[in-house]
Amino acid sequence: MTESIKEFTSKFGLPRLIITGFFILICIISVFVGLPFDSMLSDIIRRFGMYGILVLAMVPAIQSGIGPNFALPLGILCGLLGGMISMELGFVDAMGFWSAIIISLPFAIITGWLYGLMLNKIKGSEMLVATYMGFSAVAFMCIMWILLPFKHPEMVWPIGRGLRVTVSLDSTYAQILNKFWAFEIGGVNIPTGLLLFFLGSCLVVWLFTRSKIGIAMKAAGDNPKFAVASGINVDRCRIIGTTLSTILGALGIIVYAQSFGFFQLYMAPQFMAFGAVAAILIGGASAKRAKISHVILGVFLFQGMLTVALPVANELIKEGSLSEVLRFIVQNGIILYALTQVGGGE
Amino acid sequence: MQEEYTLQMENIEKEYFGNRVLKGVNISVKPGEIHALLGENGAGKSTLMNILFGMPVIHSTGGFGGEVSICGEKINIQSPKEAMEKGIGMVHQEFMLIPGFTLTENIKLNRERLKGNIISRLFKKDSHKFLDYKEMNRDSRRSLDMLGIGIEEWVTVAGLPVGYMQFIEIAREIDKSNIKILVFDEPTAVLAESEANNLLKAMKKLAKTGIAILFITHRLDEVMYAADNVTILRDGELVATRKKEDTNVLELAELMVGRKVEVSNKAEEESRKHKEVMLSIKGLKVNMPGEEVKGIDLDIRNGEIIGIGGLAGQGKIGIANGLMGLYETTGEIILRGEKLKLNDTKESLTKGLAFVSEDRRGVGLLLESSIEHNVTITALQIKGKFLNRYGIFNQIDSKKIREHSLKMIEDLDIRCTDPQQLTKRLSGGNQQKVCIARALTLQPDVLLVSEPTRGIDIGAKKLVLDLLVQLNKELGMTIIMTSSELAELRSICDRIAIITEGRVEGILRPGDSDRDFGLMMAGEYHKIHGKEAI
Repeated sequence: MTESIKEFTSKFGLPRLIITGFFILICIISVFVGLPFDSMLSDIIRRFGMYGILVLAMVPAIQSGIGPNFALPLGILCGLLGGMISMELGFVDAMGFWSAIIISLPFAIITGWLYGLMLNKIKGSEMLVATYMGFSAVAFMCIMWILLPFKHPEMVWPIGRGLRVTVSLDSTYAQILNKFWAFEIGGVNIPTGLLLFFLGSCLVVWLFTRSKIGIAMKAAGDNPKFAVASGINVDRCRIIGTTLSTILGALGIIVYAQSFGFFQLYMAPQFMAFGAVAAILIGGASAKRAKISHVILGVFLFQGMLTVALPVANELIKEGSLSEVLRFIVQNGIILYALTQVGGGE
Repeated sequence: MQEEYTLQMENIEKEYFGNRVLKGVNISVKPGEIHALLGENGAGKSTLMNILFGMPVIHSTGGFGGEVSICGEKINIQSPKEAMEKGIGMVHQEFMLIPGFTLTENIKLNRERLKGNIISRLFKKDSHKFLDYKEMNRDSRRSLDMLGIGIEEWVTVAGLPVGYMQFIEIAREIDKSNIKILVFDEPTAVLAESEANNLLKAMKKLAKTGIAILFITHRLDEVMYAADNVTILRDGELVATRKKEDTNVLELAELMVGRKVEVSNKAEEESRKHKEVMLSIKGLKVNMPGEEVKGIDLDIRNGEIIGIGGLAGQGKIGIANGLMGLYETTGEIILRGEKLKLNDTKESLTKGLAFVSEDRRGVGLLLESSIEHNVTITALQIKGKFLNRYGIFNQIDSKKIREHSLKMIEDLDIRCTDPQQLTKRLSGGNQQKVCIARALTLQPDVLLVSEPTRGIDIGAKKLVLDLLVQLNKELGMTIIMTSSELAELRSICDRIAIITEGRVEGILRPGDSDRDFGLMMAGEYHKIHGKEAI
């Protein structure tokens, strides 16, 4: 009996087990404290689609061997830049959404490629460097948001210069995916477009991992020495992985923003990578292995837990922002746990 | 127990996980005697020395049997520190020196001479005392002079020629006042000839002062020059102990290698002789750390199994790695009359070479991936096999991969639950078969196999070797097999090239005498037979 429990635990992963248990627990509590279940479920589904692509961005990074991409803000900033430029050019609705993506692509590709070149020079300490890379890039763009010559009245401060901290998308493409083919079922709102877009992105990444270059990339991440002996250019694979991750980061923030209704500039992207890393790790990935299924399960568990925990915690303890504290503990605890597992024995 | 021996090791036995690596070895060394310990890799020399030093690896694997006594006193050494206190010193093969420290500081490290000062007197603590450099320099000078080393004791170690470093290590050992026995672990391996000679002279000088010396080496002429007595180990057994006067290089060589060899039927040997050259290596130099190749010329004929043998660290492993472009390589490789681009693994693979690495778990396998993935990935990357193409996009063809893997599993008899099983769950022998299957999937003209039987059990060894012979016979595949196990090479190869010091010492037939093999491995063949003997 204990044997089979042990086997199950090791197969499913202890943190995943704890989080799942915790998730179920707060779901039960939420019913007892009388929270509206249908609106909460709508919320979970919406956040699932909203954060999904940012978590998906971890997959090529981990598979190519650079580890969880803590420099996700690089990609996010490219996406923000694309969004800003598309708005400045006056694109709205679907045109605005797609143009934001298309404009952000060249930025993301160039940034990812350069960043990949840099990562190849510091093999072995990618995660630490990535964290600070992300921080520095955010700080740099804080200056840029002020200096860049944007003129659109909805984006810049009415007085003084520079972009606002939050740029509303109400007049352009807020909720465009969420509302696409959206329907309601028993009080639960299903944002079909958002979910389709996320799952579609997953499919594209999955197809990529099954292509020749995708397989080479995975081998390079799994065992660089093996890859070299099989005639694979490991450095190139790492650059491809980094670039892909950056592109998905850019795409992810645009999808996130349309659902949220705002672009958040300045310091907002600083800690976004941590949530994404935590989510994929909860999903069962490690710093060396990641699959699409880890993304889907991880983002559901992590976001689901946060969504439910917030009102539940507020019901139970009225004072302070306990849910925010809880999010930090879970998010950073999970990352810490995963990092201690890196480089362990077989 | 007589008093006259400095060191006596009696009936030493050691098992590693049921594998007996020492089977009742006796060794005794008198004061002032230089005793050589001779044997191939894996003969048990290192294990014996680890026992003498009480290395943790011995005690963590269940200790050893037999008795060790120093100066007639039975001892049970539990740790290297204890060994040092008992007067056992070791000169390491790799230098354990701190580059930024001076000679004196290195020699006196952790045994510094101290002198008092106000604070130390006040607190009555040794740790507050100053170092007495004057005394320390004098001590170091004395040790260095004894070895005949002219360098100043205040020079830093960094930048000194390799030859000197060895002497500093020795100086450190003899500076210990209680030193009774000094172990030299292949001290001349990294030295040039003149440096080696100096070292041997210094050893003799040391022995005259009454220190007993245990000298581990592969080089037979050094044994004859320096040692008084020789003990030869083979496969953990004591083969013989000889006085220098009663033996000669030829006998030592024979004793070192000697084992019964089943010489397989080589009737076709003659017909093979005239086949065209498949792969020609000219002036090959490979910069592989620890296995450097320093200029090799070798012709490999179509359809033969050529063995590459030699002792560890002599460069035999570097050849296959160089051919595959895995380490920096210079020289010329001509495959089927065509020059091969060097340092380009992809090119080597495309042109028909395939490699089964000596580092199975490190280089040979994706341990976290399935068997089928491991088997097909190289062919997929290099030849674009197992792919469905859709314009510029492509996808793997799972069906073809499965078919091929099942065929390979059946052909090579890989024992597994299914092709999806992760390779890390397989046994060593089956892992090796997966590596070979991967190489075969490339349909190579030349198969490079390095240490195919390392770390796998005896039954599986035979299977792997049989498989190689079968590939050679049935498919006419040219095979270059590198192995540390001479017996293995002699059982399946047509010719065996012995590598010493990064060069081809000579090429032998499997049926040639043990003596010739021993001489070549020790690098003595030329000295005795002259160059024209090849």
